[in-house]
Amino acid sequence: MLIETKEKREAPPRVRSANLTEVVAIQNASVKAKLQVEGLSAWFGTNKVLFGIRMQIPENRVTAIIGPSGCGKSTFIRTLNRMHEMVVGARVEGQVRLDGQDIYAQDIDPVLLRRRVGMVFQKPNPFPTMSIRDNVLAGLRLTRALDRGRGEEIVETALRQAALWEELSDRLDEPGGSLSGGQQQRLVIARALAVEPDVILMDEPCSALDPIATARIEDRIHALKEKYTIVIVTHNMQQAARVADRTAFFLLGELIEYENTNDLFTAPKDKRTEDYITGKFG
Amino acid sequence: MKPAAAIKPRARATPIRERVVEYALLGSGLFSILTTAVILAVLVYETAGFFSEVSLADFFGDTQWTPLFSDKHFGIWPLVLGTLLTTAIAMAVALPLGLLAAIYLSEFAPEKVRRVIKPALEVLAGVPTIIYGYFALVFLTPLLQKLIPGLAGFNALSPGIVMGIMIIPMISSLSEDALHAVPMSLKEGAWALGASRLAAVFRVTIPTALSGIAASVILAVSRAVGETMIVAIAAGQQPRLTADPRVPIETMTTYIVQISLGDTPTGTIEYQTIFVVGASLFAMTFGMNMLSQRLARRFRGKYEP
Ligand SMILES: Nc1ncnc2c1ncn2[C@@H]1O[C@H](COP(=O)(O)OP(=O)(O)OP(=O)(O)O)[C@@H](O)[C@H]1O
Ligand SMILES: [Mg+2]
Repeated sequence: MLIETKEKREAPPRVRSANLTEVVAIQNASVKAKLQVEGLSAWFGTNKVLFGIRMQIPENRVTAIIGPSGCGKSTFIRTLNRMHEMVVGARVEGQVRLDGQDIYAQDIDPVLLRRRVGMVFQKPNPFPTMSIRDNVLAGLRLTRALDRGRGEEIVETALRQAALWEELSDRLDEPGGSLSGGQQQRLVIARALAVEPDVILMDEPCSALDPIATARIEDRIHALKEKYTIVIVTHNMQQAARVADRTAFFLLGELIEYENTNDLFTAPKDKRTEDYITGKFG
Repeated sequence: MKPAAAIKPRARATPIRERVVEYALLGSGLFSILTTAVILAVLVYETAGFFSEVSLADFFGDTQWTPLFSDKHFGIWPLVLGTLLTTAIAMAVALPLGLLAAIYLSEFAPEKVRRVIKPALEVLAGVPTIIYGYFALVFLTPLLQKLIPGLAGFNALSPGIVMGIMIIPMISSLSEDALHAVPMSLKEGAWALGASRLAAVFRVTIPTALSGIAASVILAVSRAVGETMIVAIAAGQQPRLTADPRVPIETMTTYIVQISLGDTPTGTIEYQTIFVVGASLFAMTFGMNMLSQRLARRFRGKYEP
C-alpha cells in the first residue's frame, strides 16, 4: 500500500530506490527495513534537539528507544508520523522513508501518512465524549473511512487484538473515560489498530501503569509485531530488554548505539551506552 | 532557642492584624449578601402586594399588559414575548459569529493574530450600552428601513441585532476559554489517527468543550434578557403580543425603566407592577445563570481530575 498523495496523478512514477532493499541484520536473520531514517535533524524554534539521526527500523519487529530524559526520544518518534511539525515553530530536516517513500516529500499529505503510522501516547487519551465503541471507531469516523455495517466487526477485532474484548464486550456503550488506566491504554491501542496502520509508535505507553497492566501491554506488543512494526520509547531498560528486538540508545539528541537488544545490553560498544545501562548516569 | 526568638516578634504582631483583615473581609462579604437579601425581600414583599390584587390566572392568562390605562390588564406575556423576541434576534447574530470567532481564535489563528483579535473583541464588551442603543436607533434602523418595507422607527429587529453584536465577545471569549481548555493530548490523539485539523476540531475538540460552550451561550442569553438600555432606546414602549420584528414592542426591562422614570406614586398597583416584572426577570436570569454554572462545573469536573 502506497501513501495516497495529494496530487496523485501528477506525481512522477517513483523509482524504487536502492535503499528500499536495504536490510537489517537481526540475530543473524535479515529483515526488510520498514522505516529508513537518514540525516534526520529536528528543531523547536532555534533549539536543535536531534542531530543527524541515521537508523533502519525493521519490519514486523519491535524497536525500543532508550535514553535519559530530554535526549529527544519523543521528538524522534514524533518525526516518524510528522506529529513533530504540529508544534508551532518545530522543524525537521533530513529523510524518513516508509517502504522507500520519503514521508517528508512535497506531495505527501501528513494526514494520510498518519493513518499508516499510528501512535500511542504516554498518558492514555481516550476521547471522553465517546463511548468505548465509538473510541475504537474514532479513527475511521474521523477520516470518513468507516464502511456501514462493518463497525461491530472492526470493534471486536481491534478489542481482541488489544486483549480487551473479554473484559469489555458487554460495556461497549460506556464512556471511554470510565475505564482503569491500563484498560484506557489498551483501548487507545485498539483505537490505533482499528485504522489498520503499518507502524505503531508508542511513547512510554506503560509509564502511568502498574506492573500488571504493564505486563498486559507488553504481552500485546509481543503479539502485535506479527502484523505491525512497532517502535516503543521507554525509560525502563528491563522493558526494552523484554519486548524489543532492537534497541537504540539516544543521548543529547544523537543516536549513540543501535544494536540487537541482547547485544546492546550485554556488550555495549560505546562507553556512554555502557555507563547508561549500568546506571552511572541518567 | 535562637531561631524561636527570631521569629517571635512578627508572630506576635500577626494575629491582631490578621484578625482585622479577616473581619473586614467577612464584613464586606456579609454586606453584599445582606444587600442581595434586602433586594430580594423588597421584590417578594411588593410582588406579594401585587398578587393580593391581581390573580395569578390574570397574570399568566391575560394577553394584554395595560397597567397605565383606565382599562387595566395585567397579562405578562406581551412583555415576556418582547423580551424573548429581542433576545432571539440577538442570539441569531451572536451565536454563529461568536462561536466561529471562538473556534477560529482557539484552533486556527496564529498566536500573533490571536493576541490582536482577542482584546479587540473584548473592547466591544466595554462600549457603554447607551452608545449601542443610539447606534441602533439613529444608524441601523434608518439603514434597515431602506431594505425592509414596513420597518417602524422603533422595532425589535434593530436593537436585537445590535445587542447581538454586543454579546459576541461574551460568547467568543468564554467559548474560546472552553475550547482552549481541551487538553492537547486529545487533539494529538485525533491527529495521530489521521484526522485533519478540521475533523479534529468538530469531532473531538468541540464535543469535549460542549458543556463549557453551552454555559457561555446561556450566560449570553441571560445577558440579552436583562439588557435594558439598547431596547429602551430603540425598541419602543408598546407591550404587544407579536413575533413580528418590524413593529414597536416593549421588553420587561424597558417597562421597568418606563415606570421608574415616570411619576407613578408609591404603593399603587402601577408601582407594584415594576416589582412583579422585576421578580419575573430575576427568576428568568437566575435560572439561566444557575444552569450555566452547573454546565461549567460539569465541564471543569471532567478535565481537572
Ligand atoms: N514543545 C516543545 N517546545 C520546545 N522544546 C521542546 C518541546 N518538547 C520538547 N522540547 C525539548 O526538546 C528536547 C527533547 O525533548 P523530548 O521530549 O524529545 O525528550 P525525551 O527524550 O522524550 O524526554 P522524556 O524521557 O523526559 O520524555 C528537550 O530538550 C526538550 O526540552
Ligand atoms: Mg518523552
